[in-house]
Amino acid sequence: MSVLLVLEESGGKIKRASWEALAAALKLGPAQDVTAVVIGAQTEALAAEAATRNIGKVARVEHPLLAQYTADGFCLALQQLIQNQNGTKCVVFPHTYQVRDYAPALACRMGQVLISDVIAVDDGPIFTRQLLQGRLTGTYRHSGNGPCFVSVQAGAFRADTVQAPQQTPAPIETFTPTIDPAQIRTKPGEPFRGEAQTVDLGSAQRIVGVGRGIKEVDNLKLVQALAEALGAELAASRPICDNGWLPMERQVGSSGQTVAPKLYLAVGISGAIQHLVGMKGSQCIVAINKDSDAPIFEVADYGIVGDLFEVVPALTEALKAGK
Amino acid sequence: MKIVVAIKQVPDRDASVRIAPNAKWIEERELQWAMNEPDAYALEEALQLKEKYGGEVVVLSAGPERVGSTIREALAKGADRAIHVVCDDLNARDALGVAKLLAAAIKPESPDLVLTGLQSEDLGLGQTGVILAELLALPHATLILHVEKTDAGLKVKRELEEGWFQEIELPLPAVLTMQSGGNKLRYATLMGIKKAKTKELRAVNAADLGAENAPVVVLEQIAAPKKQKTTQILSGSAKEAAAALVEKLKTEARVL
Repeated sequence: MSVLLVLEESGGKIKRASWEALAAALKLGPAQDVTAVVIGAQTEALAAEAATRNIGKVARVEHPLLAQYTADGFCLALQQLIQNQNGTKCVVFPHTYQVRDYAPALACRMGQVLISDVIAVDDGPIFTRQLLQGRLTGTYRHSGNGPCFVSVQAGAFRADTVQAPQQTPAPIETFTPTIDPAQIRTKPGEPFRGEAQTVDLGSAQRIVGVGRGIKEVDNLKLVQALAEALGAELAASRPICDNGWLPMERQVGSSGQTVAPKLYLAVGISGAIQHLVGMKGSQCIVAINKDSDAPIFEVADYGIVGDLFEVVPALTEALKAGK
Repeated sequence: MKIVVAIKQVPDRDASVRIAPNAKWIEERELQWAMNEPDAYALEEALQLKEKYGGEVVVLSAGPERVGSTIREALAKGADRAIHVVCDDLNARDALGVAKLLAAAIKPESPDLVLTGLQSEDLGLGQTGVILAELLALPHATLILHVEKTDAGLKVKRELEEGWFQEIELPLPAVLTMQSGGNKLRYATLMGIKKAKTKELRAVNAADLGAENAPVVVLEQIAAPKKQKTTQILSGSAKEAAAALVEKLKTEARVL
């Protein structure tokens, strides 16, 4: 099956999530049928990097108006590329914020529907995605004519399996789309950093993460005491920071920091994927949650199913007593 | 500014969900429902824009009769009127099918701005807003935290990954999908709840919108997720479980 894999870059290097998407693409077709696509105003170095991987060829989609990402520019360029590459059966993307911004529109323009954020690809092909914030999974099938559009969740496939077995790099082709400046309706600014980071959760050995289960801002003192007894940094899932209960810099997850401490203790966190991607690499994960079906238990080594307002103080006491 | 906000009713976060016997979807009887939280942020942004610049906020939701309660909640929070696309087979439609319904309902309104949440808490496809923009031939921006009106249109703050942001300028009319956390959500006041009862809630039958429903993508089956790890559950009273956990962390995991 002929597969287009759209790579995404950051700072002149192909993103890791792109190689994870390649691992998924290789489940849809043999490497020689996979065309890796790099997009931009100057793509030579990116194409050379892509050519060393386990793929059939590289397509450089190059145009001065693609220097900065816009949904309009990327949709126009990729639509023309797909129409130019006869017989494309599947178009695979990493499920990044950028892909979320344009791939649904691109698919729609071609009468298709993106199967977004997939975590597994099986024969058929059948694609598995998470539902209800990870509480269930669903299997999806593409039933239309024309290419099937799929985006791949970060961390669901292994990027280290896609090195090329061959010595010679894959061939590189250049494709120049036709884009008129008037077709680009949005004006993007330069990316900037949010507030200055003063907490480096990335180097913490132990982290206590707190989620919605804590209910009230005043209850945070319970987990603060626990973090203190553990010698841990305090972190949170997004809703806690959205409410302003803890600063954004303490947020762990896809829109916050990625951490991998020795111990991650999740308190009242249900475990939506947006949080899990930021902490599932931790050496030991402990979950305290009242709902035994909460997805956090899927990645936890130890769990206590119970009322955090009873368990957390008891745990703080036990830690203090054990010192 | 005339703003349409597309909101979805989803299973309440704390509701226990059971897989339906045919394993195509969850058992919907006796389920508690709530407004999709990202859509609540979209509604909040719309209400704040109206307070700043004047205009009208129209709430739009598709689904069966039960969706009415979520629409009432939006009206109670301050939306001016609502359109309910009555549709009993929302789950049989894919993201494009649902967006076609919404687009058909939005078009005659000719709004200046369409807002919706960045994704739903049930299907989590994260596509409705972007497809809507494509169907309505409007520019869009996603994962927006802040909206400001300018002479030329809008200036919005977009969230990027890993703590980065970006400003985007775009002309009106436009479609935005809202990220959570940019605003504080308001509660409906008693007065608001009272007033909501007198506000216009227009029902439109999905069948009358002329949006066909042959899906390109089909959800075939749902299941409980596969566990990635074996979890040792520590039972007993809070005190016993806590003591057992400390012991395990010391002697087995060796992380204390």
